[in-house]
Amino acid sequence: MTGALIAYRWELRKLVAQKRTYIGLGAAALLPVVFVTVMALQKGGPYDAPLGHNLRRTGLALALVVLNFVSRFGAQLAAALVAGDIVASEHTGKTLKMILTRSLRRGQILAGKTLASFTYVLATILVLGAAGLIAGSAAWGFNPLTNLSGVRVSALHTLWLSVVALGVFALPLIAVAAFAIFLSTWTRNSAAAIVGTLVYALSMEAIAGLVHQPWAQHYLLSDQFDGWHGLFMSPIDWTPIARAAWVSAIFAAVPLALAYGIFRRRDVADD
Amino acid sequence: MPSDRPVEARGLVKRYGAITAVDHVDLTVEPGDVYGFLGPNGAGKTTTLRILLGLIRPDGGEARLFGRDPQHELPEALDGVAGFVETPYFYPYLSGRKNLELLAAFDLDGGSARIDQLLELVDLRARANDRVAGYSQGMRQRLGVASSLVRNPRLLLLDEPTNGLDPGGMRDMRTLVSRLSGEGITVLLSSHLLAEVEELCNRVAIVRTGRIVYEGMLSDLRASAGTNRYRLRTTNPRVAQVTLLEHSEARDVSLAGDELTFSAGEDEVAAISRALVGAGLGITALVPEQQSLESFFFELTEGEPVEAAA
Repeated sequence: MTGALIAYRWELRKLVAQKRTYIGLGAAALLPVVFVTVMALQKGGPYDAPLGHNLRRTGLALALVVLNFVSRFGAQLAAALVAGDIVASEHTGKTLKMILTRSLRRGQILAGKTLASFTYVLATILVLGAAGLIAGSAAWGFNPLTNLSGVRVSALHTLWLSVVALGVFALPLIAVAAFAIFLSTWTRNSAAAIVGTLVYALSMEAIAGLVHQPWAQHYLLSDQFDGWHGLFMSPIDWTPIARAAWVSAIFAAVPLALAYGIFRRRDVADD
Repeated sequence: MPSDRPVEARGLVKRYGAITAVDHVDLTVEPGDVYGFLGPNGAGKTTTLRILLGLIRPDGGEARLFGRDPQHELPEALDGVAGFVETPYFYPYLSGRKNLELLAAFDLDGGSARIDQLLELVDLRARANDRVAGYSQGMRQRLGVASSLVRNPRLLLLDEPTNGLDPGGMRDMRTLVSRLSGEGITVLLSSHLLAEVEELCNRVAIVRTGRIVYEGMLSDLRASAGTNRYRLRTTNPRVAQVTLLEHSEARDVSLAGDELTFSAGEDEVAAISRALVGAGLGITALVPEQQSLESFFFELTEGEPVEAAA
């Protein structure tokens, strides 16, 4: 097993042992249930949201509608909670000097932390998807869905598309986590990294909303959270999906490169 | 290039702004040494150890661990090297055993097979599965030693290993260090406690405001602290006093109780002892009166700056 995989495995064990890990996962599991409960207590609903018109007709729509809601703030917060803490906590806990005097290279340790953060992001989205599917199906059944082009899609095909949609949604969220890792490495302060990441994500939302230029509309991270909508067009529109992939890759690579440069050369003193 | 010499540092310098924390420090630790790195708090001991462990980069000079440079050859330079700087810290939400398993995994050498044995050695077997958050300071220090031994080191760097321990914990830690040294592990131990260094070490470097003010064998340091003043006990102090006063080579003779003190050179002392015996006196004690090592240490670390000794 390579050094990075050893570090990754132990980072996962550490995450499992920490309460903080379960805040995001718990919220992801509860959110669809809360959504269904609120819908059950009122007649209206977010029918203007993408695929929202399917709510009350099929439970398969629930997770997708919830994705629209969490894409503005909640998902970024969940990602930042872990990724923003993963390096900084080693500084504040003074454990970094302990692991840096062993046989793994600094790059391997950072790679393990990065992979663990990304795994957490994926796990959070999977939990949200699974909870949405279960809660939605229990409330409104496992029925076909009418997509954004008005075409009826079978329940099983919708289920498959939903899994892919969760994966596409994860791409910009991984880029957000990468930025949180950079801030966590640079500031050595968990709170600063978490808040900084949220400001970063919200700033992109604001720019996209205020600047009516093509680059602001399509090439900022905020727009990539809607990339999965292309899956629910007939035929499937791969353009926003491909864009979500490469734009997110760039937004992830730059902060990770910066984090690596800082982490590799930083003096480790208790300052 | 690998060598057998555990530590060799030449001209190490580390500055923090206007403050020079480490000022041209030279260190040589030979195989089998228990080397005391002695100095008051803030003298630069921990910073030097951090440089040796590759945690911080020096502004000048170079260090070698078994011939390898920890600044440019990590992690290979730490092969056979283990230790901790300041208090050892662990993940509080993991058990002591899990922390050691993690570190063994990070060592890549399958040291996990030794974990039970090491927990036994540091007397933590019974609490091994408890979270470290519930450990006392002494338990964390002992776990720190165990975490170092997981690497099966040839060189152990220990920074103030008895810091924060109660007297019993200090005794246990010193016993452990002695035992490890007896097993052939070279130890570089930083401390601000002279008694600790005296008890454990054969060689010593005394550091003051980042500079080495003495480096050498502890026995030489003791000799350096000596004076030409002697203490004398005989079967008849009064007669002995008269004999000394009549002997022109003895100076500053004084009698306090049954004990005489006087100043003389080493050759003169031999003649004095013969004169005392010639006067029919029995000598029960004739020993050089040494300036205490402690006062010499304070002189080195608190007095006017002095040039580095050999």
